Amino acid sequence: MTADAAAWDALRLSLWVAVWATLLAIPLALWVAWLLARRDFWGKALLNAAVHLPLVLPPVVTGYLLLMAFGRNAPLGRALDAIGLQLAFHWSGAVLAAIIMGFPLMVRAMRLAIEAVDPKLEDAAATLGAPRVAVFARVTLPLILPGVLAGTVMGFAKAMGEFGATITFVANIPGQTQTLPSAIWAALQIPGGEGQAVSMVLMSSAIAVSAVLLSELLARRVAKRIAGT
Amino acid sequence: MTLSLSLSHRFDGFALDLALEAGPGITALFGRSGAGKSTVINAVGGLLHPDRGRVVIEDEVLLDTEGGIYVPPHKRRLGTVFQDARLFPHLSVAQNLMFGARYAPRGSSGPSQRDVVALLGLETLLDRAPATLSGGQKQRVALGRALLSHPRMLLMDEPLASLDGPRKQEILPFLERLRDGPLGLPILYVSHAVDEIARLADTLVLIQNGKVQAQGPLFDVMADPAAVPLLGVREAGAVIEADVLEHGNDGITTLRISAGELELPGVHADAGARVRLRVLAQDVILSLTRPEGLSSVNVLPVTVEAVHPGDGPGAAIALRAGRDRLLSRVTARAVAELGLTPGMTCYAILKATTVAPGSIGR
Repeated sequence: MTADAAAWDALRLSLWVAVWATLLAIPLALWVAWLLARRDFWGKALLNAAVHLPLVLPPVVTGYLLLMAFGRNAPLGRALDAIGLQLAFHWSGAVLAAIIMGFPLMVRAMRLAIEAVDPKLEDAAATLGAPRVAVFARVTLPLILPGVLAGTVMGFAKAMGEFGATITFVANIPGQTQTLPSAIWAALQIPGGEGQAVSMVLMSSAIAVSAVLLSELLARRVAKRIAGT
Repeated sequence: MTLSLSLSHRFDGFALDLALEAGPGITALFGRSGAGKSTVINAVGGLLHPDRGRVVIEDEVLLDTEGGIYVPPHKRRLGTVFQDARLFPHLSVAQNLMFGARYAPRGSSGPSQRDVVALLGLETLLDRAPATLSGGQKQRVALGRALLSHPRMLLMDEPLASLDGPRKQEILPFLERLRDGPLGLPILYVSHAVDEIARLADTLVLIQNGKVQAQGPLFDVMADPAAVPLLGVREAGAVIEADVLEHGNDGITTLRISAGELELPGVHADAGARVRLRVLAQDVILSLTRPEGLSSVNVLPVTVEAVHPGDGPGAAIALRAGRDRLLSRVTARAVAELGLTPGMTCYAILKATTVAPGSIGR
């Protein structure tokens, strides 16, 4: 395999993992953000702490905990293995790691957006006959779209850049679990690999910057529409 | 269609404990700010869980804290118009209206979007965004949106309170149209503005400190001397109905009431129309003999029905003029000097300025 092909493989895998992680995390993050912003329930502080934990734990610890839970010899890992789903040392494990690491960022952005929506608008929608799900879909969601976009971009960027938890949980197998950051790290381990590392650094920087620009553009368009100009 | 409710709710050192009924027409809930009016509206609409209470519309129980019944707001079908219009900022006016219509029960009867647009004069606003509307326009759209959800009843929580005088005048005719029009929708109307209530309400409920102090037909409650302190001495006064006879070239209009004729400036209703006059108690002067040579020509023979001393130096006098009732506010000293007692006849002088254009309706 040429060095270039390995880089492109890593890029493809990273994009694949990040897209999956983001798509899977959005609904869950929205739900948790809504729970934290709008509901009062027993264990809310605990949920909040759990969501934010990956932000403060060393990523390698998170990866290790994932390995403990989903490894082949762990009960959860065995159960999933039985239905043909293997997470450890598999790209789907990288997706899980990316979801968990990006989750606090996504939830935080979405929660702030939901808290900024006047609950009186939601009340008004309910008095018009809209059930709770419809109120969320037709009133809350359109109003928090900029926040959802921001959270999504952050989650995506985090998924693209996640390294510690991923390499601990799924290792660094070229073509299978080697994401862009893992490949950069691997290239830097080889004498004379800097050249290849630099091209991959440029790739990942370009993706991160364009993601932020795109979300800014979309958020601005949404905000404009809401302001009615 | 009748709504009956009893509520008991305690919050922030304030206790609400009341029972009332709202039948057809406009039932106004009057009280100073903090009297608990909005709490009533929110409990009826389902936005607030009262400590204890029961809300029944027709035969359907919407809330019964003892029986563990709580119908969520979206199933109550009580259209609500709030003081802050609460239009959805991301939707155009037309889309806001459609939001109301979308959740109207299938097969329910009620106005169509075209009816509502015509009734409320929204034709030119449909493509606008809520952020670009004036306060009065927003309130018209909010009203239209509520109507299109085909509610069984409208709840209005101070819908005009955040509007200035001219904007209020812009909305009031629409509310009158709603009351008198073919929709025949019952309305529970919360307000702390006596002029709105005098103009709109059929039934009046006075609330103070979380309790109902008086309730009954508007004309009765407004003419009740005991209601004077509740409404405020400057705002209290009877509401009577009058027929517009003719407009003079000098801007003075002749109106007929059951006890005679009145001549008033600034009446804009057409000849033949029936209007409401609000006669402030402090603007009615009493005289034992028919006065001569007065600048006011509006003198009515009246009978004293009751003398109601107030807490201060004033007293409220209930009067009967023909089939109508009036209130006069005089000093306790004047009561003694004139020897005002129930049953005696005298003359009520109404100042020509008594009736402001804003207090005339229907």
